[in-house]
Parts: sequence; structure tokens; C-alpha cells
Amino acid sequence: MATKKFMYLNRKASYGTVYAIESLEVVLIAAAFEQDVSLAFIDDGVYQIIEGQNTDSIGMKNFSKTYHALGDYDINKLYVSAESLEERGLTEDDLMPLVYEDEDDDWAEKPSVKVVSNAELSKIMSDQDVCLSF
Amino acid sequence: MLHTVNKSSFERNSLQSCINTIDDTSVILLIEDGVISAANNANSSMLTDLASQGRVYALKGDVEARGISSKVANNIKLVDYAGFVDLVVEHGTAVSWV
Repeated sequence: MATKKFMYLNRKASYGTVYAIESLEVVLIAAAFEQDVSLAFIDDGVYQIIEGQNTDSIGMKNFSKTYHALGDYDINKLYVSAESLEERGLTEDDLMPLVYEDEDDDWAEKPSVKVVSNAELSKIMSDQDVCLSF
Repeated sequence: MLHTVNKSSFERNSLQSCINTIDDTSVILLIEDGVISAANNANSSMLTDLASQGRVYALKGDVEARGISSKVANNIKLVDYAGFVDLVVEHGTAVSWV
């Protein structure tokens, strides 16, 4: 099967709406079909990968741990908008330390998350075959 | 009156509409994605005055779910579900700014 470049745009925080978890499910499906998958976290989407989420008191599943599994599905291009972080008083240190093992480099553990400017993000986006927005 | 806001101020103008409309004795409770407005960020100034008067609350469980407990702005009070009920009882009519 031909491989296409898919980008998933995540623009909403988790739990308040179903967009975040639905996106994550579709991302995993694309990975199962061995497509070239990138994720972008912009606007309130940056809250999806904040470290230390605790859903004990709202009766919902804490699916933030699932993002740690993305590396095992060869999903290692997670782009986070620097402007969106800044507006929300957040820094890269507030994000989960998501990593993958690089098979071309003796399975060395490398970071999957890359904070980029919106200008850089627009270039990455224009390089895709398909962009899906959540 | 008690006003609940459940949308992020980065995404909808419901918090701003609420602030523009409420009287001097009303209080605001931020719930669901509304708690994003409780964190220190570029929109914090919207709530500074009301918070300094002790009139802004945020639902603790929703703050914790979003991993922003350490970022909650000064003077915004965290309440649990029992505290939510107390606010309803104390302030009478509730308005949901959905």
C-alpha cells in the first residue's frame, strides 16, 4: 500500500470535548496502516500533552498515558506550537517527556516532541498529503 | 447569582460575555474546559479584578485533569463537587454560559 504523509491537527484540550481522544484513536489506526504520521498541537490542543494530568475526581479515563505509546507505533513527530504554549503560560518543561527508540541509531531513546514556531509549522503542514483537524 | 463557564477563553467568548453581563454580587465558577481560564496565561487579566474580590472559583477535579494545578492564578478558589453544591445553595439562581 502506498504511504502518505498524514498530519493530525489537535486544537482542543482533553476531557471537555471528545476531540482529543477521538484524534488519538484515529492516529493509532493510521499507524496500524503504516502511514507516515505527524501530530501538531496548537491552541488549546497543547493541554493534551501536559505532564501530571489526574482525572480521579471527574470520573473519566486519563488517556494521557497513551501518548507515551505513540513511539512504539513509529509515531515520533509531535510538533507543538511555541506561540500557543507561550499564550497559555506554559513551557516545554510542562509537557510530558515523550520519546521513541531510533532503530537507525542502535535504538537510542530520543525525544518525539518538538516545539516549533507557527511559521515552521506551516511549512511542515504544506509538506503533507493529508491534514485532519480535531 | 452563580455563573458557570465551561469553555476555554482561548476558544470561545463565553467568559468575556459572562464578565460583561454579571452584577456586582455574582460569582463565577469555572468548570470543564472553563478551568483553562483559571491558569496564569495571556488571558488572566480578564479575571484579575473579580478574583481579587473573591468572586472566582474553579472546579478542582477539572483543574487536576488538565494538569494545571500549579498554574492557578492568585485569588481563584478551588472547590470540589460538594463546594459546587454549596455555591448553588448560597447564590441561588445559576446561569450556565455554555
